Amino acid sequence: MATPPRELTGQDTDSNDSASMPKSSRWRAERYAAKPEREALFETISGEPVEPLYTEEDLPADIDAEIGMPGEFPYTRGVYPSMYRGRLWTMRQFAGFGTAEETNERFRYLLDHGQTGLSTAFDMPSLMGHDSDHARSEGEVGREGVALDTPDDMETLFGGIDMGAVSTSMTINAPAAVMLAFYVVAAERQGVPPEQLAGTIQTDILKEYIAQKEWCFPVDPAMRLVTDMIEYCAKDMPRWHPVSISGYHIREAGSTAQQELAFTLKDGFTYVEQAIERGLDVDTFAPRLSFFFNAHIDFFEEIAKYRAARRIWARELRDTYGARDERSLLMRCHAQTAGVSLTAQQPLNNVTRTAIEALAAVLGGTQSLHTNSFDEALALPTEEAARVALRTQQVIAEETGVANTIDPLGGSYFIEALTDRMEEAAYGYFVKIDELGGMVEAIKQNYPQREIADASFTYQQEVDAGQRIVVGVNGYTEGGEGQIETLRIDPALEHKQIGRLQAVRARREGDGVERSLAALREAAAGEQNLMYPLLDCARAHASEGEIVESLQQVFGTYTETPVF
Amino acid sequence: MAEQKRKIRVVVAKPGLDGHDRGAKIIARALRDAGMEVIYTGLHQTPEQIVETVLQEDAHAVGLSILSGAHMTLVPRIAKLLDEQGAEEVILVLGGTIPQDDIPELKELGVAEVFTPGSSVQEIVDYIRGAVPA
Repeated sequence: MATPPRELTGQDTDSNDSASMPKSSRWRAERYAAKPEREALFETISGEPVEPLYTEEDLPADIDAEIGMPGEFPYTRGVYPSMYRGRLWTMRQFAGFGTAEETNERFRYLLDHGQTGLSTAFDMPSLMGHDSDHARSEGEVGREGVALDTPDDMETLFGGIDMGAVSTSMTINAPAAVMLAFYVVAAERQGVPPEQLAGTIQTDILKEYIAQKEWCFPVDPAMRLVTDMIEYCAKDMPRWHPVSISGYHIREAGSTAQQELAFTLKDGFTYVEQAIERGLDVDTFAPRLSFFFNAHIDFFEEIAKYRAARRIWARELRDTYGARDERSLLMRCHAQTAGVSLTAQQPLNNVTRTAIEALAAVLGGTQSLHTNSFDEALALPTEEAARVALRTQQVIAEETGVANTIDPLGGSYFIEALTDRMEEAAYGYFVKIDELGGMVEAIKQNYPQREIADASFTYQQEVDAGQRIVVGVNGYTEGGEGQIETLRIDPALEHKQIGRLQAVRARREGDGVERSLAALREAAAGEQNLMYPLLDCARAHASEGEIVESLQQVFGTYTETPVF
Repeated sequence: MAEQKRKIRVVVAKPGLDGHDRGAKIIARALRDAGMEVIYTGLHQTPEQIVETVLQEDAHAVGLSILSGAHMTLVPRIAKLLDEQGAEEVILVLGGTIPQDDIPELKELGVAEVFTPGSSVQEIVDYIRGAVPA
């Protein structure tokens, strides 16, 4: 790690003040203390104490060096010089349900209505590497996202869509290498070569062990697959983002903002270190790493989090990892409003929460944004709820005026002080994780998992004790008892998908699948990059489950020792 | 030495593939802090694994946490297995994103109570304490 941030130095005198005390201390003693404070927890949702007033004394000594200019080191004020004056953030709503056919219809509808990027949500069996006809998939097929079993499903998903023209985001991690291979092969069948493909695949396996808990393999082979993908994309898919380093799920699992920031960046540094160890030059892959953060309800704390993330990433990439290409230093991110902040009670209140969270992400300088729907504490969103969510972003973009100037909160005493505190907290965690032997070791020792469990328990206790009020849940609970309409997924889609999968298996001829899987196992036992044998499996129409189970024969599986 | 009051034994379980374990872990810890003996199964459990744990641990109650929408497949199976194994007296409770419309059917299947988002931890502790015969 590079040198941690300097100590905060207050500029502590006011020449007109006869006493030597700083003016805020005088004000606090003489004026503020004269009236009692109301009964409340004056701290952020993450437990960070908040002072009654921030002044220039709270700014870093060298504010110009700490915040710089937009598009210039250390990028605190934004990664691009023109930010939203040049181009608004991308409104990228996540979608997927049922089989590839249903989701393809939805994708084409979105593209016909002017959307340029697609974002794919997969169902639980696909995320865990199980085929739809696996015993453990029963009842889960197509429920929380699209069911995708074969490269043929991927072809259906993008049927009628020019894969060379669209940018696609795929939210999948443990079997990400398999899905990337399916994507490349589906494009190959459209005649589109890998170098033309643009998009992002999440691939961030470390946060799976930390928070989201969807895994296929033990940590070490899973990390090898991530590095294989980074290497493959650096060579063959220059427009593709092989990893989206994600704090979103860490926060949803109950972490504080500080933990989200620290664990996410540390995960990112770990991928960088592994790729460098593989022999890659940092500047060949770092520009294609991107981030994904939560946009939670504590407004200023969230804004400070994005600003601190940009500064830390830029400093570490330059000073610790030796990046020289400026693009390697840019912490570009997607944000999503906090699902965990939504309540099942009085669900329309969630429109308000989402709007405030989205505004924080925008003022924090995000590159793209997903807004949650108000009914998501109850079910997948209805079309109406999803439309209100998108409209929320459009109101922010078109009506509020916040996109007219870059980093409008830059220089705010409070925001800059919070940004500094956020950065300090992150470096504190980096030191602890390094003491445990790095992030992979820390995860094996359950360190981040335990920190998150503790934080979420503390927060729940504060809510239960009434120290924190959640509107409609433990305060202002009258009214809003009426039911809202929620989306139901047709259980028949599960049978339909199983039929699709079995039809692909029946169409395959000869022993091509067996041979490709055997070659994959052999490669897995050695050290070669697994993307190439995975592409051969996809060309042979192997299913996701067949591929994952073959790899598990070599790698084994993962069982968590839970901490609570 | 006077015999201590029998300790309530609770299995907290995550059936299915869903990895959302924030709620399950908070409940497990709160029940433990309330003096109960808590066995948390961890993630991705099959109905068979859960019922086996309930039997092995001689549990008085089992709390399931499901946020994936698969509850109408998983819960009936667990309830049936408990019955088949002669463990129908075990208190079966459920938490998670469960639509109101599904609750009557779940209760008919043998679910004693369903706790939806926003339930307080104390409410759940009190319920289990009240439901398990002393």
